Amino acid sequence: MFTSLSDRLTSTFKNLRSKGRLSEADIDATIREIRRALLDADVAVPVVRDFTASVRERCLSAEVSGALNPAQQVVKVVNDELVSILGGETRTLRFAKQGPTVIMLAGLQGAGKTTLAGKLALDLRTKGHTPLLVAADLQRPNAVTQLGVVAERAGVPVFAPHPGNQGAETDDVVGDPVAVAREGVAAAATREHDVVIIDTAGRLGIDALLMQQAADIRAAVDPDEVLFVIDAMIGQDAVNTAQAFLDGVDFTGVVLSKLDGDARGGAALSVARVTGRPIMFASTGEKLTDFEVFHPDRMASRILDMGDVLSLIEQAERAFDAAEAEKMAAKVASGQDFTLADFLVQMQQMKKMGSMKKMLGMLPGMGQMREALDNFDEREVDRIEAIIRSMTPAERENPRIINGSRRARIAKGSGVRTTDVNQLLERFAGAQKMMRQMNKGGGMPGGMPGMGNLPGMGGKKSRGRTQAPPQRKKGKSGNPAKRAAEERAAAARAAGESAPAPRGSSFGATQAPPSAPADLEIPPGLEKFLGR
Amino acid sequence: MTDSLWLWILLAVVLVVVIGGTGLVVSGRRRRGDVPGSPTVDAPTDASTDVRPAPTAPTTGPTPPAQEPAEPALDVPEPVGGRLARLRGRLARSGSPFGARLLQVLSRDHLSEDDWDELEETLLLADVGAGPAGELIDALRTRVRVEGVKDPTAVRAMLREELVRLVDPTLDRTLATTRTVRDDVEVPAVVLVVGVNGTGKTTTVGKLARVLVAEERSVVLGAADTFRAAAADQLQTWGSRVGVPTVRSDKDGADPAAVAFDAVRRGREDAVDVVLVDTAGRLQNKAGLMDELGKIRRVITKEAPLSEVLLVLDATTGQNGLNQARVFGEVAGVTGIVLTKLDGTARGGIVVAVQRELGVPVKLVGLGEGPDDLAPFDVESFVDGLLGDD
Repeated sequence: MFTSLSDRLTSTFKNLRSKGRLSEADIDATIREIRRALLDADVAVPVVRDFTASVRERCLSAEVSGALNPAQQVVKVVNDELVSILGGETRTLRFAKQGPTVIMLAGLQGAGKTTLAGKLALDLRTKGHTPLLVAADLQRPNAVTQLGVVAERAGVPVFAPHPGNQGAETDDVVGDPVAVAREGVAAAATREHDVVIIDTAGRLGIDALLMQQAADIRAAVDPDEVLFVIDAMIGQDAVNTAQAFLDGVDFTGVVLSKLDGDARGGAALSVARVTGRPIMFASTGEKLTDFEVFHPDRMASRILDMGDVLSLIEQAERAFDAAEAEKMAAKVASGQDFTLADFLVQMQQMKKMGSMKKMLGMLPGMGQMREALDNFDEREVDRIEAIIRSMTPAERENPRIINGSRRARIAKGSGVRTTDVNQLLERFAGAQKMMRQMNKGGGMPGGMPGMGNLPGMGGKKSRGRTQAPPQRKKGKSGNPAKRAAEERAAAARAAGESAPAPRGSSFGATQAPPSAPADLEIPPGLEKFLGR
Repeated sequence: MTDSLWLWILLAVVLVVVIGGTGLVVSGRRRRGDVPGSPTVDAPTDASTDVRPAPTAPTTGPTPPAQEPAEPALDVPEPVGGRLARLRGRLARSGSPFGARLLQVLSRDHLSEDDWDELEETLLLADVGAGPAGELIDALRTRVRVEGVKDPTAVRAMLREELVRLVDPTLDRTLATTRTVRDDVEVPAVVLVVGVNGTGKTTTVGKLARVLVAEERSVVLGAADTFRAAAADQLQTWGSRVGVPTVRSDKDGADPAAVAFDAVRRGREDAVDVVLVDTAGRLQNKAGLMDELGKIRRVITKEAPLSEVLLVLDATTGQNGLNQARVFGEVAGVTGIVLTKLDGTARGGIVVAVQRELGVPVKLVGLGEGPDDLAPFDVESFVDGLLGDD
């Protein structure tokens, strides 16, 4: 697993916490890390050079060196710069004022043009348009057939007068895609379609013949939008390719495809910077509905590998059963004990999201736990599931009834040793305790090793965590230093007196409905901890 | 959405604590268990006996044998200044900070920073990746210091040499396409082609079939790409042109493992030489799809062992290619790489990183859209392409 930029920067800055100010050498080290991160993300070399130069300039300015936490500040500067390049000019499709809107797709072979044609058609159809797909990719064998299938899935008609290449792949030009495109637009006008999407053949930037053909298609149909489809996995060649297509067909927007992979997608930055054309859409999966408007801020975090909390949440929401989650939230909020049965449900839902390692890696600040994560065995989940499944429902609800003979039975049932069962129960009790403490409004308790200080959780992402302290205080100071001191005091007080501090009209109250009911009422099962 | 955020994080943390904790607790116990026993007494003595030979080893122990084979190697190519070069060589190899410092004093870097940056940039532009490029350049710098090279073109030649060595022309890059024997029964060689979406798997299978037919082998194609629209048609078109039968399912979305199994069985029944199985493109981070690939592999090996698993990599792929190779290697046991679309401006330097890390050689390259544009991988011309001197 790659260590993320924020982790690396944190370690760079670790040594200079005491100094508080950044020297030139510190900044050099920082810039090196940023450069490396960008190169690892496949950002083009010239773009990296420009980018680091401008970041360096800003780092030398007072805004960073004077900041209390330079590491955070540098990350913020880098992020801002990235977002400004990526999203300087976000816009939606331009529709023609008269006649059908013509959208032409262009790109390398295998970038995902045909699939994107279907996705775009479906998206437009659901928005009330009546798109027509035009099969102008006569080059690749059976591309026309593929477009036909895609069109059928999207529920839109396809215009395919030419069967396309039915033989094998060839360097020779097949058919007349220019005529097909022209006829397609004419057909759309007579059939009263308001959008025409022209799927063209994939071509290499240096293939003069096919580039000329693409330019001819563009000239023949005069499209309102020319979308350049580019694979998010592309490396340094992105710049050459983008430039060739810009010269050839003068595209007006970019679509980033295969963003559901784990490529960091630095190409987005290169293309946006070199061509100045906006990235308009992202294609994020194999289903026709996996199509969305491009989010520059998320892309920035992704390029920097900063832990993509938003995507994690989205992924979680997709995989998690909403009703189940609500039940869970209510349960936690009401202060009831988190039982093994709940744990089992959660574990299964998390498993649906794929590799747990990968998912946990998406959390920002997991760098400190990375070692533990690397040692994490995915099969351990199955083993634990087996243990819990060998328990009776009553045992799952109340693990305290599990005595020696029950333990032996569970171990036998799940094929593990009794010590494994003991370990699970022991640690589950610990986790349960942690949940209760968290529920009390104490945020992340100090008992979690290595989780005390989560870097990279800046801005709104960390709302969940920063909410916790205000519950104890009536308000928080705007001065970071003072606020930190207050928080320390609050934490000390919380450690001394175990009862939850009375909640005032804190700002966090309205934002945290799940934990709201847990306040002054002492929840059942909590008394024993108050008596500490 | 943000309301439930804390819950997700919290649950994830609980999961890590409960599950990930196992390892920690176990290791913690082990450590604790060590304390009362005698190992604590043994440990320091072990350590000290271990440590003592360690510092002496580089100075007295292994160095003489290491030098003896090295001496003639260094003596012969260095007619002038051989002694100093040898000394510098030893300093460079010593690895001690003192040696490194002394080397700096004894030698001079005749190339400017710009020259070095330019070299590194060449590698970066070819998608070699920041890590491998940095290491290559560092190694080269040491070598240049040792040998006292002054000419940038000579350094470039040395870089080429290093790259060729890294890509290793001596590796076996032939495809295993002869019939194999399993349980005393001769079965066809099975070649499974895998990769992410849009790299050209189907095309590669088609071209490979042509190559094999040209070599007068009998071939059966298996269209286990049941996901992408018209993929099976595309493969069938390729097959029919050279008279090769294609095993495919009647409907879209059939179980690819079943199709692969049928293809291999058909190959066995017809006693063909090679069965080529095309699979659907899958991104390596899709756990479900990778499991499906694992199943295809398992099911095929019931009928016949896999002779080759070819990963198709697009030459335009950047650093993600390493991830692809790693994950596909774990799931499918990749034995070779096919580098496609090398006819464009992309140079495919990522395979250097892949081979360096995973030791999987590139076996074939795709050089264009023509039906016979699949060629064996040639190290020298590939490295020349990487460095941009055509």
